[in-house]
Amino acid sequence: MSTAAPVLHGESPKAPPSYLQAGHTIKSWLLTGDHKRIAVLYLISVSVFFFFGSLAASMIRIELVSPRGVMLESDTYNKVFTAHGIIMIFFFLIPAIPAVLGNFLLPIMIGARDLAFPRLNLLSWYLYVAGGLCGVLAIAFGGVDTGWTFYTPYSSMYSNTNVTLTIIGAFIAGFSSIATGINFIVTVHKMRAPGMTWFRLPLMVWGSYATSLIIVLGTPVVAITLLLVVMERVFHIGVFSPELGGDPVLFQHLFWFYSHPAVYIMILPAMGVINEVITCFSRKRIFGYHFIAFSSLAIAGLGFLVWGHHMFVSSQSMYQGMVFSLLSYLVAVPSAIKVFNWTATIYKGSVRFQTPFLYVLGFMGLFVVGGLTGLFLAAMSTDVHLTDTYFVVAHFHYVMAGSNLIALLAGMHYWWPKMYGRLYNKKLAAISSALIFVGFNLTFLPQFVLGSRGMPRRYFNYLPQFQDLHVASTIGSWVLAAGLFLTAAYLLASFRQPKGMAANPWGGRTLEWETTSPPTTHNFEGQPVLQHGPYDYRPEPAAVGVKELAH
Amino acid sequence: MNFPLMPDQASNFARPYDALFFVLTALTILFTILVGALVLFFAVRYRKGSRVDRSGAVESHLGLEITWTAIPLLLGLVMFWWAAKLYVETRQPPKDAMEVFVIGKQWMWHLQHSNGVRENNELHVPVGVPVRLTMISQDVIHSFFVPQFRIKQDVLPGRYTQQWFVASKPGKFNLFCAEYCGTQHSEMGGYIYAMPPQEFQKWLASGGDKKRPNQPTMADLGKALYDRLACANCHGPQDTERGPSLYGLYGAKRRMTDGTVVEADASYIRESIKNPYAKINESYQNTMPEYRELTEEDLLNLLAYIRTLGTAKAPGPVLGNAGPAQIGGANR
Repeated sequence: MSTAAPVLHGESPKAPPSYLQAGHTIKSWLLTGDHKRIAVLYLISVSVFFFFGSLAASMIRIELVSPRGVMLESDTYNKVFTAHGIIMIFFFLIPAIPAVLGNFLLPIMIGARDLAFPRLNLLSWYLYVAGGLCGVLAIAFGGVDTGWTFYTPYSSMYSNTNVTLTIIGAFIAGFSSIATGINFIVTVHKMRAPGMTWFRLPLMVWGSYATSLIIVLGTPVVAITLLLVVMERVFHIGVFSPELGGDPVLFQHLFWFYSHPAVYIMILPAMGVINEVITCFSRKRIFGYHFIAFSSLAIAGLGFLVWGHHMFVSSQSMYQGMVFSLLSYLVAVPSAIKVFNWTATIYKGSVRFQTPFLYVLGFMGLFVVGGLTGLFLAAMSTDVHLTDTYFVVAHFHYVMAGSNLIALLAGMHYWWPKMYGRLYNKKLAAISSALIFVGFNLTFLPQFVLGSRGMPRRYFNYLPQFQDLHVASTIGSWVLAAGLFLTAAYLLASFRQPKGMAANPWGGRTLEWETTSPPTTHNFEGQPVLQHGPYDYRPEPAAVGVKELAH
Repeated sequence: MNFPLMPDQASNFARPYDALFFVLTALTILFTILVGALVLFFAVRYRKGSRVDRSGAVESHLGLEITWTAIPLLLGLVMFWWAAKLYVETRQPPKDAMEVFVIGKQWMWHLQHSNGVRENNELHVPVGVPVRLTMISQDVIHSFFVPQFRIKQDVLPGRYTQQWFVASKPGKFNLFCAEYCGTQHSEMGGYIYAMPPQEFQKWLASGGDKKRPNQPTMADLGKALYDRLACANCHGPQDTERGPSLYGLYGAKRRMTDGTVVEADASYIRESIKNPYAKINESYQNTMPEYRELTEEDLLNLLAYIRTLGTAKAPGPVLGNAGPAQIGGANR
């Protein structure tokens, strides 16, 4: 053991200004290399896209109150659900947790000053904004009506809408993802503080690492595929259209080769957040650390081998389908392992029912339902009836939308004091977490029944027998919206609270809590050196786990 | 029950499908309650400040990890196998199935019985008789979905796909397009009418709803087209220098100029008419004109006629091994 006394940065009297105070000009934000400032930029832009994606969702829900529509034309309806899907998936769900929480926390959690390539990180954000602007322009110039899946030959030969511009937007945003993924991978490999071995990494870092692997391996495939759609639209090269000698199903293979793993891009960081929050608010070291870490890698690997389960009725061969179905059942197992380990973490803990933990409870509920209903769709024969119905819509909203959003909220509430040095109104936070959970379930549970009763998705008009459940779903969406507005309101109101709260209000035992809240530009004064792994929640933990060397 | 989870059971697939569906539903509810109850129970029991025994908590336990890996895995494998078995049945139509031809286009369904009776957005079928649908799209991808039958199959442009069913009770059932296909996607539907067999035969013989008895069959229409296009100039009863005979072509194996061997199924013959240079028979040249202007309906009629010229594998359904999707057929 070293004889140097451990130092808590929050108590350092001459701490340099926080990253928020390190410069006040707009330029100091737009040209920053600081991963924390870039995370804030992402938080703002991702929130803007989330707002517009939600607006589109509300229009869909209002429209479906009546079987013959309320205010939109069928063409407009198709454009609205397409906008909802594209905005939410490419510009909210995929970047949200990695680019906001990952960007902010990953370097601090491993004891680094920044990501490996700070300027590349800033470039990622600009690419994201540029891609997003293309998407916004495509909508402003009349929209796009292909659905976020861009199935050919509809997208490449038949749609008269702004497919090309939208795809260019998604293409550019893809490179933003890739750059972030590379940055994370290199950072985890090369920037860990002394003593931060692989198995001392917080599980959030494992989740981000596994996500980055998927991003780097998968995104180029969808980028090229989407580009081929544009080439077929513009230059009539025959790749996907049978009229030009192409194969429309080839597109589905290439598209889902990325877009199924993309689901894991959305859920793995979410799981990472849940790990951190659950162990902190149970005051107990996470159960089965190694199993959770390796299950993330297993999901990342197996996730690439299951894309064909989107295509059981698309003319794929029966034997091919069987392989995909079997592998889909295998990829469910690592997720189950995580859920059971989380449950075991709470056992004999000392649970604090604070806001972030309330969101964890919500996450567990939504994720278990979402995951298990996935098994209906991985099973070949039930998929025949359920695919392309509202059952699928409900399922993927539970896994990627609900679980991801709720994990993001859990993380935002957990790290809000870390990011901004302020606390929000806990009572309002508890109310809105309940509203969001109830609202989400009220919105999407009825959609499972709609789907199993045979209501196809992407329908503007529908049979009157489905109306009751649609109305219930729409009412649920209003409850959900109320919860989200309330959250936005009290989080913004927290900026009027005085600062000067404790650096570590939750008693977290990972490295990010060992520095000031909000942190300084370089995260730590001096170089942290790890003495042991994360999550030492024993009543009398070993020193802070960090010892600082002088500069 | 006033709150059904499923639509009516109206085909041979509905009952076995629903059994699997309800077992999966039961497992979902069971595990959701199990995890939910454990999480809530532990969280409340071990809340901060509660005076309960917290001794002996461990950080990992190999036995537990193996248990909760193995149980979901085994249950999953059982579900996989069960579902795969049912799926295989849905992909293997009986050889004596009644044939119906489906053309999907933005935004309607066009259906044709082999005796020439045509329907739009409606399909009449007999109860208790296997029906095989051979389907193709004229434009984008559609999907033929009948919830009460628990069947769904994408309908692709450029190649045939198929599915089959036995209607198990008379009635009027929904037909939907399940693959998004543009502006009026949600309007692209209709009804399946399942009728008692005798009634159906009467309906069919009298020319269907349009009451046009003794109309030409699909094969008759195909022959007329074959004559009008003078196909026989090159494809007569014997192979000529210009082209191989089509007698006995159906289901035969043909060697191509690039050495590959192709089974002459419906999709292959269709392609050879529309785009003859895609695959060229060994010892022939690319001298045939492309008949791109033929509609999907023309092509189905031609195929029906070519089928009457004899098949390599008798007896078989008209579009025997339709589609590269083939889906078990080629291996039977």
